[in-house]
Amino acid sequence: MTATTAPTSPIASRPDFAAIAAWVQSGSKVLDLGCGDGSLLCYLRDTRNVRGYGVEIDDANVLACLNNGVNVIQGDLESGLSSFESGSFDYVILSQTLQAMKHTEGIVREMLRVSREGIVSFPNFGYWKNRLQVVSGHMPVSETLPYQWFDTPNIHLCTLGDFEAFCHQHGVHILERRVMNGDHQITLAPNLLGMLAFYRFERQK
Amino acid sequence: MQDSILTNIVTPQYARFDTPLYLKSGAVLDSYELVYETYGELNAARSNAVLICHALSGNHHVAGSYADNPKNLGWWDNMIGPDKPIDTHKFFVVGVNNLGGCHGSTGPASINAKTGKHYGADFPVVTVEDWVETQVRLADYLGIDHFAAVMGGSLGGMQAMRWTLDFPERVRHALVIAAAAKLTAQNIAFNDVARQAIITDQDFHGGDYYSHGVVPRRGLRLARMLGHITYLSDDSMAAKFGRELRNGTYAFGFDVEFEIESYLRYQGDKFADQFDANSYLLMTKALDYFDPAHEHNGDLSAAFRAVTANFLVLSFTSDWRFSPERSRTIIKALLDNELNVSYAEITSSHGHDSFLMEDRHYHQLVRAYMDNIVT
Repeated sequence: MTATTAPTSPIASRPDFAAIAAWVQSGSKVLDLGCGDGSLLCYLRDTRNVRGYGVEIDDANVLACLNNGVNVIQGDLESGLSSFESGSFDYVILSQTLQAMKHTEGIVREMLRVSREGIVSFPNFGYWKNRLQVVSGHMPVSETLPYQWFDTPNIHLCTLGDFEAFCHQHGVHILERRVMNGDHQITLAPNLLGMLAFYRFERQK
Repeated sequence: MQDSILTNIVTPQYARFDTPLYLKSGAVLDSYELVYETYGELNAARSNAVLICHALSGNHHVAGSYADNPKNLGWWDNMIGPDKPIDTHKFFVVGVNNLGGCHGSTGPASINAKTGKHYGADFPVVTVEDWVETQVRLADYLGIDHFAAVMGGSLGGMQAMRWTLDFPERVRHALVIAAAAKLTAQNIAFNDVARQAIITDQDFHGGDYYSHGVVPRRGLRLARMLGHITYLSDDSMAAKFGRELRNGTYAFGFDVEFEIESYLRYQGDKFADQFDANSYLLMTKALDYFDPAHEHNGDLSAAFRAVTANFLVLSFTSDWRFSPERSRTIIKALLDNELNVSYAEITSSHGHDSFLMEDRHYHQLVRAYMDNIVT
């Protein structure tokens, strides 16, 4: 489930990791869904002293997690999180994977079952460069959407507005939003100027 | 010791124990011997020891070969040795033949000092817990306070699990491969058919066949043939044998015709020549009885409450005898106790036997895990 994760780069140059870490309390227990090579968990372990597990389907990534000394459970997110007890985590993170999930509603429901809070990040389809490419007659190909229409794993792309409407309809209470363009935070017209969106949310009380 | 690292030549060693062993069944063994082998060197801090637990038909000869029989390679030689996934440059590896076995440790075929005869049917039923207890005594004997890792596949994985339950302070990592937290009814059923094949062999003589100068060869052979079918997958059998005929045409009789028949009979014969039928009965019973959740009203998570070890759990997609689902049950219990655990489901067509096979990804996973163990 990590096909859309950007190629591994030195952790220090991952502003998306820093954005997520800023929301994670020190010493908390974290589940990282679609954890790739485990570098986000390494980052959180080193900067936030978190304990946790990654879930990953890809063999090479599972091996990379072991090399990185990260707990990883090989499995398919589409079939749920039945190995994990309800309420057993402080945070469940779905980093740049939501848009590649078949069962969007299912995974969000599962996230809020096993955890107090959920954190997702996804490429904002409403980013102006994406819109421009669609207007010019082509599916967007960019840094955050590096695939051609025919080979993309991204089947559920959305905009900030779409995701917020989804949350509203599905009893998901958004606690915080952060919109980034590279390492800059975007506050003005985020649905147009933001490349990557981050949300922290909980169950609607 | 240095020689053995360089040449991979090992020598079986024997340890004798005269402290009575109180078995789970209530029986007592006053004294017994264990045969074991070691590979690599125990470091000064005595922190690099790895115990390899064997499965149903395994033994202490896990790696390397013998000076007088260089072709006799250890059963896990592809996994353990210099520069192998369990690197004997780094780790001091111990292989031991379990009590009740037939490769040198005290078992049914040994002479009972009290009677001067073979134990035979008098040898008590042993459990995984009993084995772990004897392995702890061997560790004491070797001056090993704690193991960096205890590792095993199948029944060996059950022993690794049991170590973490019974001696949490003496094991830092457990590698549990192609195992299960308990057998299913189907597993027990297979074991019982195997046992019945042995017990109903007219040469069995209630387990005291030694004094009759015979062995229940037909029964043991059938038991192994049945077992072997369950260790392979339908796909691997189809790929290896299909419906190939030895002579290319039907003979309309009951002799060996299909290649698979030939293969199974060969495996059965080979096994019957080298394994003791009573030991086979004991090993299958140890499998059947293993169920750590049993003392906790079926709650495996409760059983793991005192565990502190870190785990690597591995399963193989085509293993229907100890399926990935069985490993995920173990994972759930470990996660419930917030233990460090990694789990990989390895794509393999070789069924339960996959854990013995050389597979690049499988071996990379073990190597990666072992590389991160601090010694």
